[in-house]
Amino acid sequence: MLRFTKDHEWVRVDGDEATVGITDFAQSQLGDVVYVELPGVGRSVTAGGEAAVVESVKAASEVYAPLTGEVSAVNDALADSPSTVNEDPQGNGWFMKIRMANKAELDGLMDEDAYKAFVEEQG
Amino acid sequence: MVPFAGYDMPVQYPTGIIREHTATRTSAGLFDVSHMGQAWLEADDGRHETVANALEALIPADILGLEHGRQRYSQLLNAQGGILDDLMVTRPASADEDGRLLLVVNAACKEADYAHIAANLPAGVTLNRMDERALIAIQGPKAADVVALHVPGTSDMAFMDSRHGTFDGIDIHVSRSGYTGEDGYEISVAASRAEAVWSALAAHERVTPVGLGARDTLRLEAGLCLYGHDIDETTSPVEAGLLWSIGKRRRAEGGFPGANRIQREIAEGPSRRRVGIRPTGRAPAREGTVIADMGASEIGIVTSGGFGPTVGGPVAMGYVDAGHAVPDTPVSLIVRGRAEAAHVVRLPFVPPGFHRD
Repeated sequence: MLRFTKDHEWVRVDGDEATVGITDFAQSQLGDVVYVELPGVGRSVTAGGEAAVVESVKAASEVYAPLTGEVSAVNDALADSPSTVNEDPQGNGWFMKIRMANKAELDGLMDEDAYKAFVEEQG
Repeated sequence: MVPFAGYDMPVQYPTGIIREHTATRTSAGLFDVSHMGQAWLEADDGRHETVANALEALIPADILGLEHGRQRYSQLLNAQGGILDDLMVTRPASADEDGRLLLVVNAACKEADYAHIAANLPAGVTLNRMDERALIAIQGPKAADVVALHVPGTSDMAFMDSRHGTFDGIDIHVSRSGYTGEDGYEISVAASRAEAVWSALAAHERVTPVGLGARDTLRLEAGLCLYGHDIDETTSPVEAGLLWSIGKRRRAEGGFPGANRIQREIAEGPSRRRVGIRPTGRAPAREGTVIADMGASEIGIVTSGGFGPTVGGPVAMGYVDAGHAVPDTPVSLIVRGRAEAAHVVRLPFVPPGFHRD
């Protein structure tokens, strides 16, 4: 099950590890992604803090960590094929995995229906 | 849609910036540039010398020597030789229209430009703005084939040729010019007939509508300046690498605003120059990025930068101290606090596709 932030990141939980990416709505708003800057593995991230940068042709945007923890893996394939973020944002276009420090933070994220409603509100 | 100089304009059509860009480089892109200011500068006595002299007092281009049916790029200068705006100047093709020059200026500057020009004209020369006029550009290697289907005789035009014509029977003014580095045309038409021209061109399978986003990546790869970014009131045409647009006679004679500074910069070289910059890695360097030398001292700033779809990587341009302006000079770009390797390159980033014969 996917969970979502108001900053348009998604989270997929597997045990203590959460895979993080940007949503299909986010990639459609950004347009063609040409560069992704990922954090180093082992770096500590804080929920709501800056964790990565995604650049489209027009502009650079911050990607925030949805959860507190330690970066346990990053998607190195994005260095050579950043357009994967456009093509498969909620699959092969994932950004990083975070080993969660506080699983209770998950309760603060939206489920799919709530996120859909949130995006429509922003419409 | 985004607000742009008082107009609502699309950053991209549903196609997307990279596809719009590539369509222009490989086939033809269609641009609505109606926001740009079009105006006639007109001499009561109907003499080219009169109107040319009036304009030469404000810009450094050779307008006296501009031939019938030719267009020229220039800059409105302030007293310090800084650039108030860049513009296109066209002399009509027919001698019957002598004493008139068509000016095309930037949207964001047009009110200030018109006021500046009007305030500095001699008696007997007037500026007549054409606010009810649209401007449609079609650019790319297939533009000539497409336009020839609607406007007779356009395939014979050379780069920067300009003349009256008809588009499927609609009166237009057409120039073989543009701002993408590609061959193409700009079609000036009454606003009431613009939709008909746009729709007829957009109906071709070879033609893709292009928004502001790709317009910017195309002109950046072509090494062309965007006013307010790469050139402004502090930059001179010599610093900006626009010396080619200042005629020989004008360089020698002066007689334009800021001539002292510009003639000195021509003789001694400017202290800074606009250059192309190619980052080694994939991180784009945006406008405002600090350029440093290998000793980490600041030597300049990026004025336009991003991703070049045809280049297939990041491209930028900016100003550096003249000593670092030689192509292949290694520099650093300070992106998010980190020094990224890059080097100075000759502009443009992509070879131009202009129709020169």
